[in-house]
This record gives sequence, C-alpha cells and structure tokens, in this order.
Amino acid sequence: MPIAILLAWQLWTAHLDSPKFPTLWTILVTFRDLWLFSQFGTHVVPSLERIGMGFGIAVVVGIALGIPLGLSRWARLWAMPHIEYWRAMPPPALLPISIVLLHSIGNRQKVAFIGFFCLFPVLLNTIDGVRGIDPALIETARAYNVPRLERIRRLVLPAAAPQIAAGMRTSLSLAVITMVLSEYFSSTSGVGYVLLISKNTFDFKPMWAAIVLIGLLGYLLNVLFLIVERRLLAWHRGWRAVAPA
Amino acid sequence: MAAGEVAASGPAIATAREERRTSFAEPVTFALSIAAALAFWEVISRTGVISQRDLPAMSTTFQELWELMKTGHFWWAFADTVRGWGLGLAFATAFAVPIGIALGSNDFAASAFRIPIEFLRPIPSAALIPLLFLTLGTTLKSELFLASFGAFWPLLIQTIYGVRDVDPVSVETARSFGVGRLERLYRITLPSSVPYIATGLRISSTVSLILAFTAELFMGTKGLGQEMNAAQSFGLEVQVYALALATGFLGIAIHLVFTTLERRALRWHPSQRLGTT
Repeated sequence: MPIAILLAWQLWTAHLDSPKFPTLWTILVTFRDLWLFSQFGTHVVPSLERIGMGFGIAVVVGIALGIPLGLSRWARLWAMPHIEYWRAMPPPALLPISIVLLHSIGNRQKVAFIGFFCLFPVLLNTIDGVRGIDPALIETARAYNVPRLERIRRLVLPAAAPQIAAGMRTSLSLAVITMVLSEYFSSTSGVGYVLLISKNTFDFKPMWAAIVLIGLLGYLLNVLFLIVERRLLAWHRGWRAVAPA
Repeated sequence: MAAGEVAASGPAIATAREERRTSFAEPVTFALSIAAALAFWEVISRTGVISQRDLPAMSTTFQELWELMKTGHFWWAFADTVRGWGLGLAFATAFAVPIGIALGSNDFAASAFRIPIEFLRPIPSAALIPLLFLTLGTTLKSELFLASFGAFWPLLIQTIYGVRDVDPVSVETARSFGVGRLERLYRITLPSSVPYIATGLRISSTVSLILAFTAELFMGTKGLGQEMNAAQSFGLEVQVYALALATGFLGIAIHLVFTTLERRALRWHPSQRLGTT
C-alpha cells in the first residue's frame, strides 16, 4: 500500500510536470543533497538542539510542578485556571510576544517558546498520574514515617511514570511542531527557516525536502521515544501482566 | 491516550466528602487565583521588573482590548477566525468520521492504510504552510485546508478506536436477528463509538483553532492572526498583547464547550465514565 501511494505520486507528478509538485525522485535527490550532509550542520542540528532543550526543560519543569499539584488539592485549585487558559492558547499567538518579551530571535526565544507549549502535556499528565495513585499507598508510607522526598522518589514518581511517559510522548510531537513554527517566524537557521526561505524564493524542491525531513523527524523521534519508554517502563509492564487489570 | 492505564481513582467516599466541604470555597479560590495573577502582572509591569514597553501593564492591555472590542473591525476579524475554525472542523469531521468507520470496521482496509496513516500523521501541518502559500495562495481555501488537515488526524484515530471497541457480541446478535448493515451502523456502531468521537472532536477543535490562527498569522488570510501580524509589524505591542488575550479567550471558550459535549457523550455511555480523560 505505501509503495502503491509512492508510485502513484511519482507517476502523477511525472505526468503533471509542474515545478510545484516535483517527482518523488527529485524530492529524494534534493533531500540527499541538502540533508546528507551538506546542510545538516547548519540547519538540522540547530533545530534538533532547540527541540532537545525545549523538550528537556518542559519535562523537568512539568514533573517538578506536576507532583505537588497532583498531591495537593488546594494547589490544584489555585493553578488550574491558569493552566487551562494557557493550554487553550494557540501557540502562534504567543510568537510575536515571545520575541518582544525575551528580546531575542535566537535560541533563547525558540527554546522558551518550544518549552512553554511542551510543558502542558507533561504537566497535566503528571497531575493526573499522581492523582490516580491509591491514597492508601501514600498514607501507608506516611504512617511508616517515610520522609516526604523519599515518598515522592520511591512511590509517587514510579506510580505516575507510565502516565508521565504518555504526556512526554505528546510533548515530543508538539516540540517538532512548535520548532517549525518558531523557526518560521523571524529566524536565521533551522529546518523551519529553510521552509521560509524556499517559500520566499519560490523554490519548491528544498521545500518538499524539508517537509519530508520534518515528517521523518517526527516519526523517528516517536519511535525512539517508544523504545526508550519500553525499556524504562519494562518493570511496569511486567507487573501489569501479572496483576489483574 | 494511555490516561486510563492508572485510572484507579481513590476511595469515592472520601473525595465526595471533600468535594462537599469545598464546594463553595472552590469558586472563591478560582476568582482569587485569577485576581492574584492579574495583580502580579500589573505589578511587575508597573514597577519595571519587565519594562512596560516589553510587557504592557494588565490594565493597559485590557483597556486596549476593550477599545478594540468597540470596533466592528475587531469583530469581523474575530468572526473570520471563528469561521476558519468552524469550517475546518466541519470538513475534518465530514471526512474523518466516515473514513474512520470504514477503516475501523474492516480489517483489510485498516492494515492497508495503517502505514500511510502512520507516515502522514506526524507531518506537522505547520510544515505545509509555505506549500499552501504558493499553491492555494492567501485565501480562505488555504486556511481551511490547513485547519481540516490538522483536525482530521486525531478525529480519524479516535473514530477508528471507537469502532474497534464496539462490543462484537451486540454486532453479531444484531446480525443474527437479520438487522441490515446500515441499520447496524446507526443503531450499534455509531452510538457506541460516540464517546470516542467526542474525545476526538475535543482534540480536533483545539487543533483546528490553532491552525486557523496559524494560517492567518503566517499567510495573511483574514482574521485575528492577520490582525496580530499587522499590529506586530506596526510596533503596536499593546495591541499584540490584547489580541493574544482575545485569542486565548476564544481558545478557552472552545475548549470548555467541547469538554462539556464530551462529558455529555461520556455520561451517556456508562462504561466509559472512568476510562477516558
């Protein structure tokens, strides 16, 4: 089936012979020329860096905020209106603001922008995961005088881990999207910048190559994440296989 | 979502009691929390922690929003954004639900299209902006394509899962009673996948707004996004902030409407009450 679709694309575009829709072959050749590896360092690496840093910050902050919010009902009452508002905000609406506020169109602004929007899936899933823990477990640990930090490290974090991972996965695909958005709006490097330039110069070949690259990037990051997740949460799966659901 | 995986919610009695005790404190906290945030915003801007040029004070921004709201121009832009969002979501629904049902109820089709879907889905719609810009131009068509392309995927996936989850016994029972294919679809498949579709609609409604706005900001189709782009290029920072506020309100309004719809759909379907979040 996928081969059939690719073949259809090749035949259709060859038949169309339009510069807007280059043939699959042309796209692949451009892809190789651009990304393997002449412009890899100048554009792909900065993009990956931004994704990595933004995602990393979002995960750390999301878990660090999510655990207290999950444990305390009052903290949740205080924080939820703000979380709901910012989560519902379409990311591009904050692009111009992020530039004004941070005085930057470089990595600082891009990473902050990516990190801000990647925060919410991790945060909300951490809150939900922590809330889902059987209170009896926490009470028991408290009754045995397990210190608070220890309780969080040994009980809360592992119990919420599967759901935190689910949030991280959503965030990761969001990171790719926000990366493209942020680079598409005032930037000097990155895959999104290549898109912008090729649009401005009416050059369709690098544009298609960039679209393919972004799709591939999202797919590969997701696969990579699933592998890591499976390894890290292997204990959890094993436990679930034995315990009744 | 894997949200249901650990959804062993604690003892219901304790939460119910807690709920009652704080039932009136809740709206108070809610209001206080928002007031505190707004005050914080006012203070950091007025005292110059962040200069007023970079972050206009809360009062200034709301006043600007109020001024904007008195103009017809703002409401036209607002209506344009809502139109882009609504039509985008409508198109996505019109395609995603029937295709989802077809793929969900037919194993052969599902396996044939699985890989193409897996490859197309992660392509961020944002990457398609320049392509649309040069092919469809800065028209409503581009905006609608972008919004519906983005909104299509979550809804499709949810519909497929929903149809997969239909109790096979009831389908078989209906079949053995000689209930026709179409009637089975209306009476069994559709109603029991409604909760999934509602969840998909909630996700897609947000995605559609994001992409409608994105199209306006980057391609200059009419709407709040284009207004923001204009305000930004004229250096009207206060207006940029006011428009962002307005967009946020639109976002939260859409989110609340669809969460309510979803909750209704879930209430109707008791088995799903705990599973989906």
